Amino acid sequence: MIQVDQKLMREELISFIEEQKKKKGPLMPVMQKAQELFGALTIDVQELIASELDIPMSDVYGVATFYSQFSLEPKGEHIVSVCMGTACYVKNIEKIMDKLVDVLGVEPGETTPDNKFTLEPTRCLGCCGLAPVIMVDDQVYGRLAPSDVAGIIVGY
Amino acid sequence: MDIYRSHVLVCGGTSCNAAGSPKIFEKLNVEIKKAGLEKEVKVVKTGCFGLCEAGPIVIVYPEGSFYSKVADKDVQEIVSEHLKHSRIVDRLLFKDADANIITSLDDIGFYKMQERIALRNCGIIDPEKIDEYIAFDGYKALGQCLTQLKPQQILDVIKDSGLRGRGGGGFPTGLKWQFAKDEDSAQKYVICNADEGDPGAFMDRSVLEGDPHAVLEAMAISGYAIGADMGYIYVRAEYPIAVQRLEIAIEQAKEYGLLGKNIFDTGFDFDLEIRLGAGAFVCGEEMALISSIEGFRGEPKPKPPFPAQKGLFNKPTIINNVETLANIPQIVLNGAEWFSSMGTETSKGTKVFALGGKIVNTGLLEIPMGTTLREIIYDIGGGIPDGKQFKAAQTGGPSGGCIPDEHLDTPIDYDSLLSIGSMMGSGGLIVMDEDNCMVDVARFFLDFTVDESCGKCPPCRIGTKRMLEILERIVAGQGVQGDIEKLERLGKNISISSLCGLGKSAPNPVMSTLKYFRDEYEAHINGKKCPAGHCKALLNYIINDKCIGCGACKQVCPTDAISGDKKEAHLINQNDCIKCGACMDKCKFAAIDKK
Repeated sequence: MIQVDQKLMREELISFIEEQKKKKGPLMPVMQKAQELFGALTIDVQELIASELDIPMSDVYGVATFYSQFSLEPKGEHIVSVCMGTACYVKNIEKIMDKLVDVLGVEPGETTPDNKFTLEPTRCLGCCGLAPVIMVDDQVYGRLAPSDVAGIIVGY
Repeated sequence: MDIYRSHVLVCGGTSCNAAGSPKIFEKLNVEIKKAGLEKEVKVVKTGCFGLCEAGPIVIVYPEGSFYSKVADKDVQEIVSEHLKHSRIVDRLLFKDADANIITSLDDIGFYKMQERIALRNCGIIDPEKIDEYIAFDGYKALGQCLTQLKPQQILDVIKDSGLRGRGGGGFPTGLKWQFAKDEDSAQKYVICNADEGDPGAFMDRSVLEGDPHAVLEAMAISGYAIGADMGYIYVRAEYPIAVQRLEIAIEQAKEYGLLGKNIFDTGFDFDLEIRLGAGAFVCGEEMALISSIEGFRGEPKPKPPFPAQKGLFNKPTIINNVETLANIPQIVLNGAEWFSSMGTETSKGTKVFALGGKIVNTGLLEIPMGTTLREIIYDIGGGIPDGKQFKAAQTGGPSGGCIPDEHLDTPIDYDSLLSIGSMMGSGGLIVMDEDNCMVDVARFFLDFTVDESCGKCPPCRIGTKRMLEILERIVAGQGVQGDIEKLERLGKNISISSLCGLGKSAPNPVMSTLKYFRDEYEAHINGKKCPAGHCKALLNYIINDKCIGCGACKQVCPTDAISGDKKEAHLINQNDCIKCGACMDKCKFAAIDKK
């Protein structure tokens, strides 16, 4: 089943690349699509992109490692993003992060052993009015106190 | 067209969205239908109202009743009381700092001093409906440009208006356009820089979410003015709502013939494409942004050649910030003189600021250039919460500086901010109070810059790292004599020798805090004390004589560092204490001091 999915995803990516090739500067949109499909830009995905776009693998790897949103390894089922913007920082996001580290049992940037959560410090989420803020997948939680953290995580 | 007796505006900006506005929008529609009012009352989802602190916000017109912090359960009451029986729900109305109930939007101090040009439609129109934008003179400026003005005439208007780039640099917009127009090339490009990376800044996001067509219209105008038929919007992937509204707006504009081929039957073609960033702060720098669109690592290049000469795909290119563009249609419609009548000698018009941190009214505001920081913080922002003392205002994000109390009366413009060691930046304005340690704030920004430095030039890659190491040492209580001088020397050298704006401005947060808060650095290094009581390594938690021996702190301490019998004063063993602060949070008797 997984192999069938992989094959379908590869085909989808290849047809997307065909479409993008008509435009100038297709690499970034292609990599964003690949990450969306596969969840990560593993080496074989990067090789596929390089050969389909007919560019050196080093170019693809260079871009994949430059931008923080590209990940070479698969992430957990839920992404817990912790806003590290200035407004959240001056309102003690550190304490929220400490609590998350405590509750999830992993350090920032790591994924829990059951692959359920990835804890990620992130750049400003732009909801400074709600600082301090975390985001689980697409759901934003604001005006947090450390005591709110455990309750949020239990909900997933 | 349907006429409604009442309009209910629900804020659909990111902040209110996160606070629950989509549910309120849905429920309002359901309840209004239940009450049989759907032909009389219309619910509109708008862009950001600005006063994010009070979100989710609902405004009911024609009264202008400003309901704040609305919850699901309040919706029914708004419908049955206000919409059905015209009885305003007092308990939901916004209250000012003195707890006075404010009945109308126009009476709120936060809005009184504002002058909204870039934000004129934000919170008023439905950003997903092009007809609403058109009803507010949308695409009128583009029509005028294409049918009545020659490209050079448009350039002259923009130049005469005195508009300067709102992304941070403050370069005169008209001049930038002129350089690109003067280049002889069959292919030119227009780029909108919406890679808003400054932590604590969300002006561009709010404009894109609240009034996306204004940006599209301005891009088409700039394309016509310089001779470009293709534009790119480079927007942060972290802004999903903005991206979605841009996509809708582009589709609608194409449908209406306002983008695409032969616009207004004038033979002018202009197409637009959205490109998403992938989380690299340096891509806000124009050369790095161009590299990113081309599909490379976002690394800056030396200038010249400037983008206006050799930009995207080596063709003449102009890059404008979102807020800059949002001003363009208004300048075309109202004239250069109207725009230049606002502001100061060297900085015309208005500026949008994202106000955050230790301030009562966090949110988005637009004020004429020349307004003082004191007016922004106290009159508009409502001052510092919890009776704390103001310490500093930070502008310009990781490229800017901290401004102390003594400079609060400086009229804000590009040049005045530079002269006091900060910069305008894109408009993030973070307020800090007595509890914020300025050495740690400098460390925070350096940490950000080190992370985001692209690594191309050594002064920025290595220099900022060395500065960060020194700062980390100082906040950890291991600062040594000579650290301050080293920081100053490094900062100066990094500023003059880095390749791009990121490196050149990276030392600013350190240099400005050294200038105004040198005593805090000295206290950390010499006295091993953090005057703000923030730096963990320099703090001790001590139980004072208010302790009644309830034992709450003892229970919550993760390292069992607290001892003491019931009803007896407790004691913290400093060797076991990990300074987590849990005891202090738990204590109801203010019996624990942080020293």
